[in-house]
Parts: sequence; C-alpha cells; structure tokens
Amino acid sequence: MSARGPNGSAHRPGAPDTTGWERPMSRAMRADGAPATLEDYVAAGGYEGLRRALGELKPEDVTKAVKDSGLRGRGGAGYSTGGKWSTMPLGPDAPHPKYVVCNGDEMEPGSFKDRYLLSRNPHLLIEGMLVAAYAVQADAGYIFLRAQYDEPYANVERALAEAAAAGYLGEHILGTDWSFELFLHESVGRYICGEASAMLNALESQRPNPRARPPHMTGAGLYARPTVVNNVETFCAVPSIVRNGADWWKGLSITAEGGTKIYGVAGRVQRPGCVELPMGTSMRELIEVHAGGMQPGFELRAVSPGGASTAFVPAGQIDVPMDFTAMATVQSRMGTGTMVLLDDHTCPIGMTLNMLQFFAQESCGWCTPCREGLQWTAHLLHGIEEGRGTLEDLDLLAEHVWFMGADKTFCDLAPGAMQPLEAALRLFRDDFVAHIDSGRCPYAPEETAAAEAAPAPAGETP
Amino acid sequence: MSLTDEERRELEELLPHYPDRRAAADSALRALQRRRRWLSDESLADLGEFLGMSVAELDSLATFANMLFRQPVGRHVVLLCDSFACWSLGYDGLRAEVEARLGVATGGTTPDGRFTLLPIVCLGACDRGPAMMVDADLHGPVAPGGVGAILEDYA
Repeated sequence: MSARGPNGSAHRPGAPDTTGWERPMSRAMRADGAPATLEDYVAAGGYEGLRRALGELKPEDVTKAVKDSGLRGRGGAGYSTGGKWSTMPLGPDAPHPKYVVCNGDEMEPGSFKDRYLLSRNPHLLIEGMLVAAYAVQADAGYIFLRAQYDEPYANVERALAEAAAAGYLGEHILGTDWSFELFLHESVGRYICGEASAMLNALESQRPNPRARPPHMTGAGLYARPTVVNNVETFCAVPSIVRNGADWWKGLSITAEGGTKIYGVAGRVQRPGCVELPMGTSMRELIEVHAGGMQPGFELRAVSPGGASTAFVPAGQIDVPMDFTAMATVQSRMGTGTMVLLDDHTCPIGMTLNMLQFFAQESCGWCTPCREGLQWTAHLLHGIEEGRGTLEDLDLLAEHVWFMGADKTFCDLAPGAMQPLEAALRLFRDDFVAHIDSGRCPYAPEETAAAEAAPAPAGETP
Repeated sequence: MSLTDEERRELEELLPHYPDRRAAADSALRALQRRRRWLSDESLADLGEFLGMSVAELDSLATFANMLFRQPVGRHVVLLCDSFACWSLGYDGLRAEVEARLGVATGGTTPDGRFTLLPIVCLGACDRGPAMMVDADLHGPVAPGGVGAILEDYA
C-alpha cells in the first residue's frame, strides 16, 4: 500500500486539498458522529492489524515494526513506543502475568483528543491494545479512564462486549492459542492519576502517588509485574502500522517523525474541534484552515500547544510544524497536540494563574517543592493579577521556575507547571509590568477590576 | 446498616477484574456511591467488612479522590469546568448564572436537595467550552442564557 500523504511538502499555504489523505485513526468514524460499531469498524479494515499480527508475525516482529515506524508516545512525553515494548521480558522464562495498561486519564487542562477517539472509534483502541498485548505477550489489560468520561466509558464498554462476542477478546483469540483479558476501570479522580506510575497505584487502589524509578514499569509495574503503559492515541496508531508496515506509516507525515496525529484547536476560532492530520502540520494551518480562523473581533496572542504543561508559543511563531522535534525550537513541546488559544481579549496573567492554580490544587503532596512551591507561585500570581504585585515578585517567580525545574521534584507535575510560567515571564513581561504599575488587571472592566481579575478560589469538594 | 443483597451482588461482579479484594476498593467505593449517592461512615464500614479493609484505609482513598463524596450531595451533581480553556471562553459568566439559578455558591447544595454545584478540572471538552456536566451528561458550549433549560431536565 502506498502512502498518499503530503510527505515532502514543508509548507502548505492556504487550504490544502485533503481528499484522499490517509487518516488511519479516523477511517472508521461515522459521519453522524455516533461511535463506530464493530460492523463499521470491520468494514473500514478494522481488526486486520490484529489478524496480521496473530497470523503472520511473531511477537518480536510486531514490536520491531512499531519501533521501525518511529512511533512516539502520544500522551506528551514522546518516548519511542516500540523501544518501550522491547524492554518487556519475552520468551519462555518471562514472568507472568504481564500487563498492558491504557492511560485514558486525560485530565490535563487543554487536552481533548482521547475523548474524541474514545467517543468516535472505541474499537481502534481495543485493537491497538490487543496488538500491543500480543507483542509483549501480556495476559491481561486495563483501560484506565478518568472520572467524568461517562459517554466514552459507555462506548468502550459496548465495544468490549462486541469484540468479546466476535472472538477478538478472551480465550483463544481468533482461534489461536493466545488469550487476553481486557478490563475497563474508571478513575475516582485526581490529575496525578495520569502520571503513569501513579496510575498503576490507582489501579491497585493504593494512594496514587507516583512511584520511584527505577524499577521501570516494564520490569515491575502493575502488582510489580512487567507492564506496558501507553496513551489512548498511541494504541490507536498501532493497528495500521502493523497492517500496512512501518514505511507506510513514515510516509504519512510532513516532517521526519512519521504518521498522523490527532490535533485539536480550542479557543476563539470559528470551528473548534479535533482532526487527524499528517504529523508536522503547522499551528498556522491548524488554526487558520482546519479551525476556520479566529472569530471576528479576536486576534491571536499566543498558543498553549498541547496542554497546560506546555509553554506558550507567541503568535509570531505559529509557522512551526507541530511535532516533537520542531516544537523544541520554539522553546515549547507538542504535548498532547490539542491547542488552546490565548486571544487579545484574555489576560495572559489570568490564564497563567488559572493553570498554576490547577497544578497547585492537583499536586499529590508527596514531595516538598511541588506541594509548597506551586501554592506559592499561584499565590504570587494571584497577587499580581489583583494588582498587589511588585517587580520583585517577578524575580521570585523566575526563581521558582528554576527551583521546580526538571529533575528537582519526584515526578514531572511541577516541572510541567513551570513551563507555562516560564513562557509567561518571557513572553508577557509587559503585561506583568502593566498589572504591577497600574495596580489592576488591564483586561478587567474598570469598576470591577479586582473582583473579576481571576476565577475565585474553587469551592470545596465534599 | 449493611450491604443489601443487590449491592453485594454488584460488588461481587467487580471482584474478578482484580487479583485481590483490596485492589477492587476504588471501584467498589465508586459503585457504592452510585447507589447511595455519597459515602457515609457507615458505607465505609460496610465496604470495609466486604473488602477486608479498615475504614481508615478506605477513608484515605476516598478523601484523596475528587469524585468520591464524604458529605451528602444533591440528587444531581453539576460540575462546572474551571480550567483555562473554559475560563477564557466565559466561565465567569456561566458560573455566576448557575450560582444565581441554584441560589448556592460553588461547593453548595440547594436546600431542596436537588443540586450540588462543584468545580471540576478540565472535562476534556475544551472545543466545547465553556462546558459543564450534570450527572453523566456533558453540556457545551453553554451560554448563560441556556443554563435554565439545561437544569430543568433534572428533577
């Protein structure tokens, strides 16, 4: 099968003709927006990746294909998926049971792609997990879904029943001697459960603090057994890679990273939503073409590219391709690839404060810099937003960015929180100074500046 | 109070999903909350007996999770997304309207026990912001003018 993606064209001004582009993750989606049934899914080539894996490939060949495709984890960290799988113990001496776990926590503000996949194409996730489970010879799997994903939960539950009835799940899958059980688990809440090792604690009904590494999860994960954890979209990319081959997948992208990506745009645009496009599509194309451009009266100020833990990118740099490598050149990350726009009517300090309040609230409290530091940064930002800030506060905030940077905390929550703060201090200095000089938020209406400057502290959860 | 036969049956069905009873605790807490609306001390004691866990262990799980309620809530729980996408798309106005309609501040329960209004972090519906949930239903984008019609559907 030959790729029909736009590989090779670095920049595509205007509206590209997307007819005929391969969209392996969306292929089975229904036009009416309802979740694809088993029938829909199979009609669009579904479960052929699993058939090929079980019928033609050895487990290690599946892992090799995924490794060769260059697929990188779509949860945001971008680790090589095949690389991770290849560290799982395999062969007659490997310990059992082994587990495959899907991270469907999707609780980071500004992330909304997994909901799209789970709502529209639940069998794709199941097939991806089956292929992964075969590759690492796992015995059981869990789909960890966040609380509040009631509709996606119902879709996946229905799809699991369909798949089991059709012989794709359970004992002797597709008549082979390989068996695999897959369970759906609904989280009881908290953002830290999205951290992969904390998720394993949550699945065990332990307090979901992150775990120390090493050991890595592929050595000692769920119940201290070898475990692969991948994001929803990562699993969803797998079936077509195994079906069509690594070279086919690599040919789908604009940039060197290969494949397609579920991108999303939210904010003051004409058509917010998710769309599957070649990896490396620029932010400009996503905003101006696929999301229909800004709403009248709103101008783009900056982009939060892929969740609250990714650094703002200023409007002047949106021609950068959205992939793992290129986003680093604008001092940010792709993250989840679902972007939220900062428009010219919205206070950048208020937006940053909102993010930091979230991280402070969701810190699990295990390590001191995160537990204490995030509260303090949110407090400082709140003071500035309400007009009580000083220029010294900006130095103090910059100090915290260093203090809670990479490798100084137990997990990546606090370093993630520092990314939008670092970018805000770098990009919105004038706004900070304007708040401090005028003693109020310039974006708030004159008479109620202080009252409306920021979202009030949230109420208590019972 | 002790588990009803129906409650016990539902909890028994959860157990095969996990290698031991203790690992089923989060799911069991959630399942029992669905039936009893919130988790009283008695509910934790009932579950503790069923799972072979202490009330303190269950309480440590329940108080860490934002979707397990240790205080009474109304018949319907309204979750208002307060994260940055919804915030930039009109959260303040939406919150003011919902609070005015219900006559309670965020965190409160209406005197008739019909609604509890809670803040929630990002619902993964940024492209539909400002978003809110009532029970299992996602609504968005919600204009302040549309709040009344949404709430009417939940008796």
